[in-house]
Amino acid sequence: MPFDPVLAEIRFGCGLSPTLAPAPSTEAMLTALRAPDAMAKRFPIEAFDTFRARMIERARLGDIRRENRGSPESRAAVKAIRKLNQVARVDASQWLGQTLMRRTWTTNGLRERLAQFWGDHFTARGKTGVIRRATSPYIEEAIRPHLTGRFEDLLIAAVTHPLMLHYLDQMNSVGPNSTVAGRRKKNAGLNENLAREVLELHTLGVDGPYSQNDVRQLAELFTGLTFQVQNGFKFNKHFAEPGPETVLGTEYGQDPARLRDIHRALRDIARHPATARHIAGKLAVHFVSDTPPEALVEALTQRYRETDGDLMQVYDALLNHPDAWGPLVNIKQPIDFLGSSCRALCVEPELMATLDERALQLNIIQPMGLMGQIWERPEGPDGWPEEDTQWITPQGVAARLQWAVAIPQVLRPDLPDPREFVQIALGPLESPATSFAAKAAESRADGIGLILASPAFQRH
Amino acid sequence: MTQSPLSRRAFLSRSAALGCSAAASPLLTPMSFASAPGDNRLVVIILRGGMDGIGVVRPYGDPAYRALRGNHPMVSETGPVDLDGYFAIHPALRPLMPLWDAGQLGFVHAVSTPYRDKRSHFDGQDLLEAGTPDLGHAKARDGWLNRLMTTMPGITVRTAFAIGRDNMAILSGSAPVSNWSPDSDLLLTPQAMLLAEMVMAEDPRFAAALTEAFGLAGSDGDPVSSMANEGDMLADMQQDMLAAARGGTEKKIAEFAAQQLRGETRIASFSLNGWDTHNSQARGLHTALTRLSEVILELRSGLGPVWEKTAIVAMTEFGRTVKINGSQGTDHGTAGAMVLAGGAIRGGRVVADWPGLDESALYQRRDLMPTRDVRAHAAWLMRELLGSSVSDLEATVFPGLEMGSNPGLIL
Repeated sequence: MPFDPVLAEIRFGCGLSPTLAPAPSTEAMLTALRAPDAMAKRFPIEAFDTFRARMIERARLGDIRRENRGSPESRAAVKAIRKLNQVARVDASQWLGQTLMRRTWTTNGLRERLAQFWGDHFTARGKTGVIRRATSPYIEEAIRPHLTGRFEDLLIAAVTHPLMLHYLDQMNSVGPNSTVAGRRKKNAGLNENLAREVLELHTLGVDGPYSQNDVRQLAELFTGLTFQVQNGFKFNKHFAEPGPETVLGTEYGQDPARLRDIHRALRDIARHPATARHIAGKLAVHFVSDTPPEALVEALTQRYRETDGDLMQVYDALLNHPDAWGPLVNIKQPIDFLGSSCRALCVEPELMATLDERALQLNIIQPMGLMGQIWERPEGPDGWPEEDTQWITPQGVAARLQWAVAIPQVLRPDLPDPREFVQIALGPLESPATSFAAKAAESRADGIGLILASPAFQRH
Repeated sequence: MTQSPLSRRAFLSRSAALGCSAAASPLLTPMSFASAPGDNRLVVIILRGGMDGIGVVRPYGDPAYRALRGNHPMVSETGPVDLDGYFAIHPALRPLMPLWDAGQLGFVHAVSTPYRDKRSHFDGQDLLEAGTPDLGHAKARDGWLNRLMTTMPGITVRTAFAIGRDNMAILSGSAPVSNWSPDSDLLLTPQAMLLAEMVMAEDPRFAAALTEAFGLAGSDGDPVSSMANEGDMLADMQQDMLAAARGGTEKKIAEFAAQQLRGETRIASFSLNGWDTHNSQARGLHTALTRLSEVILELRSGLGPVWEKTAIVAMTEFGRTVKINGSQGTDHGTAGAMVLAGGAIRGGRVVADWPGLDESALYQRRDLMPTRDVRAHAAWLMRELLGSSVSDLEATVFPGLEMGSNPGLIL
């Protein structure tokens, strides 16, 4: 099957919209991806460096609380901390609203899908305190600006980001023979967590050609990657394990330790053939099928290797491969389902802006949780499952159906006529059953809900 | 929302007329008894937040206890209940005393996962549910109950149920598992239900899941179908969400678990939250324990005769500091307690190799010292309850665990 604009909008974009036309060609999709990020500007989400001011304030209040326990100042600080956490929670719910608006109003849905894909590939989240709300700011800062560059630059941005260093315990990893280890008794050991996940999840893949020794050596090389609330990322050579480390047969590092040696290792690992294969496979699974054709994966791998991981080139190979245009089989994750529903419903930014945190909880966040996706809280660093069977569960299907019937009226008070909506939402995928349901439903809400919950709308 | 609910039976006969019948569902395969995974039932409750073992099962016979925690009567007519002359339980567990007397309630004390020092809920719960020696140890991204299932014969998708809204990492993995959140309704008009079946019929996977969902939603105490208008449905869905946010859904979860366990299900897991008692512990712990007590009693009444074949084990990511902090609470600690209940357990006792509460006997001079790995107790429980082999338990379920001696938790 050749390129088809409607199929492209569903498979590689955020679904069909009644007002925004799909891109006419793969070249147009790629050109839009090269253009400035219009949606980030129109629907802003706080960058992590701005978010960090909240963490600085939290630390300041924590000091006041500790130093004057029981005093009125301390009690005021406790109150202020509670308020600060609450504000962050409210703001984070608004960032989900912005994420949905970007999907609703973009003419380049591929960018939104890629931001989700790479944000998931480099899953990171805060574990305790206000940093728990920092996932969207992290994606805004470390992922989104690097979607169209080289994989190695994306890798470096994500792996050395404060949220990743926090999430995978790199901040507490100290070289056993470092200056700091000599001074400290406690907390003076190596933590392999980030090094392991970089090799297993971010680059070579779990079946990749690395050993426990490579993990250990990379963990030693990584020592020194830290983060300070006051100043952001910091390479602290006092944490660094002295001497060179050998990772995948190449020697890195010298004394004194330098950040550029870590970057050099990450660039080499990013260009490894196993990384090319792993990234190619993940993209094909995410955009095409749980079991993508081997020829497609091979073509992406080749392009990756020929271009040293130039992501635009890899996307070009994906969009222009005949195996990328087969029938739709992948099931949308809840975020994709809600995003494409908002897009088909033309949810107005003004309306989304009126939803307060409670409304967002009731109408978006909690229903998403029932669908199996507790927003920004995947179970582990491997992110959300790609397998369709993980999403088509009784609970998941029931939650999608219930949301589709009950909630669109909140997001679009003048619900469209289901007989017209079925064409908007499904286009050529409209089937006799869906058009019958659109006609036979007793209410607009039921009709809209049945269309959105239909298997045809759940696939992309 | 009670206007003319359509019964499940009535609904099925109507949908059969339309050509969609439950028998066509691959998820509702009739069970073959020959390959059934045994007859005993296991319920694992994850107590999220770090239960204060010392505040729940109180070592009032330990001379150091009174100095640390003695701002309440040790035992009294209406307060804490003596168990064995050394330990007493928190007053909120008083309703469970008949079970204790019948040997159907027991505790394990001074135990912990292998997790040490960082005392993060996040990592602590990850490790509790992964069942591995440390978080970096295994490539496994699955939970130990799921790995248990991979060692069981004749499992179906209904053999294990993850219940409620929380991610149950303990049950995630390659073995098929059902999940359901009984506080969520599936409220549709009868007409919409029929149309939904028709629309879903285009993809057998969706059709099967929906049929199953109608069955589950119809069996969890709420009407599946209603004549309500769309505004009511919205209000009802939002009410569910609000109720869930407020808590208090535990009873429904226990009811639903019991119902499934009376049938084909052998393993159920869900979580109870609210154990992170940093402030005003007297109030917080009371609330959390009251819920736990209600859940256990609900399971007992719901399970009926199956109670005799059931073991319930409640475990937490870590215990709490032995000292009370400045805000009348306790902070994250190390060793804590496990709660056991059910007709299949050998209860009426506190299993402990009690390390003592003297400062010198504490872990890092602040926490109850762990004397045994909770996984060893869980492993022996599964060995005896489900007949799992020691090699499966030590290699697959809890890789790297040495089970050691049998604490004899099962009758």
